[in-house]
Amino acid sequence: MIDRLDLIVIGAGPAGLSAAIASARCGLRVLVLDEFPRPGGRLLGQLHQEPDGFWWNGIKEAQQLVRQASENSVDIRTGVSVTALEQIGQTGWKIWTNRGPFSAKHVLIATGAAESACPLPGWTLPGVMSIGAAQVMTNVQRVRVGNRGVVVGMNVLSMAIVSELRLAGIELAAIVLPPKNPLNVRASDPGDVLRSLLRFAHLAPNALFRFGASFLGNSLMQRMALKLYPRRGIRMWNTPLQLRRSAVEIVGGSCVEGVRIADIDSEGVPIPGTERLIEADFVCIAGGLYPLAELAAVAGCPFRYAPELGGHVPAHDESMRTPLQGLYVAGNITGVESAKVAIAQGQVAGLSIAIDSGVPDSPTETELQTAMHRVKQMRRDALIQFDPDITACRNRMYGTNDAIG
Amino acid sequence: MSYGRIENHPILGPLPETRRVCFLFDGRPIEAREGESIAAALLANGIRTLRAHEEQGTPRGIYCNIGHCMECRITIEGVSGFRACLSLASDGLDVCSGIVLPTPFQPAKLREGDAYE
Ligand SMILES: Cc1cc2nc3c(=O)[nH]c(=O)nc-3n(C[C@H](O)[C@H](O)[C@H](O)COP(=O)(O)OP(=O)(O)OC[C@H]3O[C@@H](n4cnc5c(N)ncnc54)[C@H](O)[C@@H]3O)c2cc1C
Ligand code: FES
Repeated sequence: MIDRLDLIVIGAGPAGLSAAIASARCGLRVLVLDEFPRPGGRLLGQLHQEPDGFWWNGIKEAQQLVRQASENSVDIRTGVSVTALEQIGQTGWKIWTNRGPFSAKHVLIATGAAESACPLPGWTLPGVMSIGAAQVMTNVQRVRVGNRGVVVGMNVLSMAIVSELRLAGIELAAIVLPPKNPLNVRASDPGDVLRSLLRFAHLAPNALFRFGASFLGNSLMQRMALKLYPRRGIRMWNTPLQLRRSAVEIVGGSCVEGVRIADIDSEGVPIPGTERLIEADFVCIAGGLYPLAELAAVAGCPFRYAPELGGHVPAHDESMRTPLQGLYVAGNITGVESAKVAIAQGQVAGLSIAIDSGVPDSPTETELQTAMHRVKQMRRDALIQFDPDITACRNRMYGTNDAIG
Repeated sequence: MSYGRIENHPILGPLPETRRVCFLFDGRPIEAREGESIAAALLANGIRTLRAHEEQGTPRGIYCNIGHCMECRITIEGVSGFRACLSLASDGLDVCSGIVLPTPFQPAKLREGDAYE
C-alpha cells in the first residue's frame, strides 16, 4: 500500500483524470482508482463529429488524459472497485476496495453516470442490452452486438449511439418508443419526445431537421407536427425513427428473436389491432442517464434533487467542494453533461483540492475563478445538451448567474 | 451463431493486432484478444447467455457492459460473483456460467415464479 497520499480519485473518467492532472501539477501525490479494465470512463465509447468536421474520438481523448496524468506521476489503478468510504476524524478518509483499503487526506468522487432502466416484458432475455452497452461493445471492444437490432427509446444519447452503430455497419430495423407504463411516463409520450428531438435536430441528418424546423414555432405547431409525422417513421442513418410506434414486448425463447410493436395514439396508448413483430437478434434500451452517486451517500454527503441534472446529486458548490471536509465531486456525479464539461469540472476540483491542502505551489483564487468560468463556457458550447435547463439549474444551485463574458 | 468483430471502422480504423489468448467457458475453449473482457470475447464467439437466474433458471446475459447492473455474474477459478464485463480474459482461465441455486428458505410459490406479495 502506498503511504502519504494527498488525494484519492474514485473514477478514471474525464472528470477524475483531469482533476488528478490539475492537482498533481500543483505537487499533490494522487492515486486514481477505477473498476473498469481501462482508464477513460465513458469517454472511451464516444465518437461524434463536431460542426467543424472534427471527430471527437473518445479513445484518443482518453489516451491524452492518461498520458498527461502519468507525466505528472499520477498512479492510475484499474480493476479496483470502491465499495465504501469513511471519514476518519480530521485526518482524512479511508476507502474500501476489492483490493484492500486505502487512505488519503482528500477524496474526489468522480463516478460518472449510469443508464436508467426502461423495463418492458422480455427485457431480461440475452441480447437485450442498454444502448451504452452497445456503444462500448462497438467502439471500444469492437465486437458486433448482433446482426439486426431494434432500439427502444429516443433521447439525445440514443440518437448519438444509433449514428455510431450505423457507422460501424450494424443494421437497425427500427427505433421505437418504450411502452407507456408508470416507469416510462415521459419517454413514452410521443409529443414530449418529439419536442426533445427537435431540440437536437441539429445533430440529426437533414430529414428530421427539415421536418422539425418548420414546427419549432409554438406548441400548436408542435401538436400538428405529431399528427403529420409519418407512421412508418422518418429515416435517419437509414433507420426508421418511428415516433408513432412503441415496443409492446421483446420476444424470444433463449435469446432475443424480435420485438412486438404497435401503433400508438397521441398519448402513447397502443391502438388495438396494429401489433406486428419486427425480427431482431438484439435490442438496445435507451432510458437516459442519472448521476451514479451511491458512494457520496455512503460517505454521508447530503443530496439535492435536480431533475434537470438527471436526479439526485451530492450537495456541492461551484468549486466542487461538498459540505464534508476533504470530500469533493466532479463530472456526471454532479449532473449529466458532456465529457468536455466533466473535464472542466475536474480541473476546478483539482485546483480546489490543491488550495485546501495548502501545498507550497498552491493555485490562486484567480486561477480557480478562471477554471470555474471555463466550466460555464464548456456548458454553453456543448454539442450534446442532455437537458435544456441545465444552466438555469446550475445557477440556482450555485447562486451564480448567466454571465460568461 | 457468431457475430464476430468490427475489423474495419471508417473513423477508428482497422482493429489493432493483439496476441490471442484462450480461456475455458463451461469447459469449452474460447479464443479472445488479449486485454478484452470475458463478456466481449464470449459475444464475439456468439455466446450471449452468461448465467441462469438463480431462482427462476431463465437465461441472462450482459445488460450494461460497464459494471453497473450485475447481470453478467460468472464464476472465475471457482470464485463466484465476478462481472464478465469487467473481468479480463487470460490464458488458461477457468470460467463458468452462473447456475440455478437451491432456495430452501423460499416459500414454494416463489420458486414457481409467482409474483411477490
Ligand atoms: C453508457 C454511457 C454512454 C455515454 N455516452 C456519451 C456520449 O456518447 N456523449 C456524451 O457527450 N456523453 C456521454 N455520456 C455521458 C458521460 O457520462 C460524460 O460524457 C462523461 O464521460 C462523464 O465523465 P465522468 O468523468 O464524470 O464519468 P465517467 O466517464 O462515467 O467515468 C466514471 C468512472 O468511474 C468508475 N467508477 C464508477 N463507480 C466506481 C466504483 N465504485 N469503483 C471504482 N470505479 C468506479 C467507472 O468505471 C468510470 O470509469 C455517456 C454516459 C454513459 C453512462
Ligand atoms: S453487464 Fe452490467 S455489470 Fe456486467
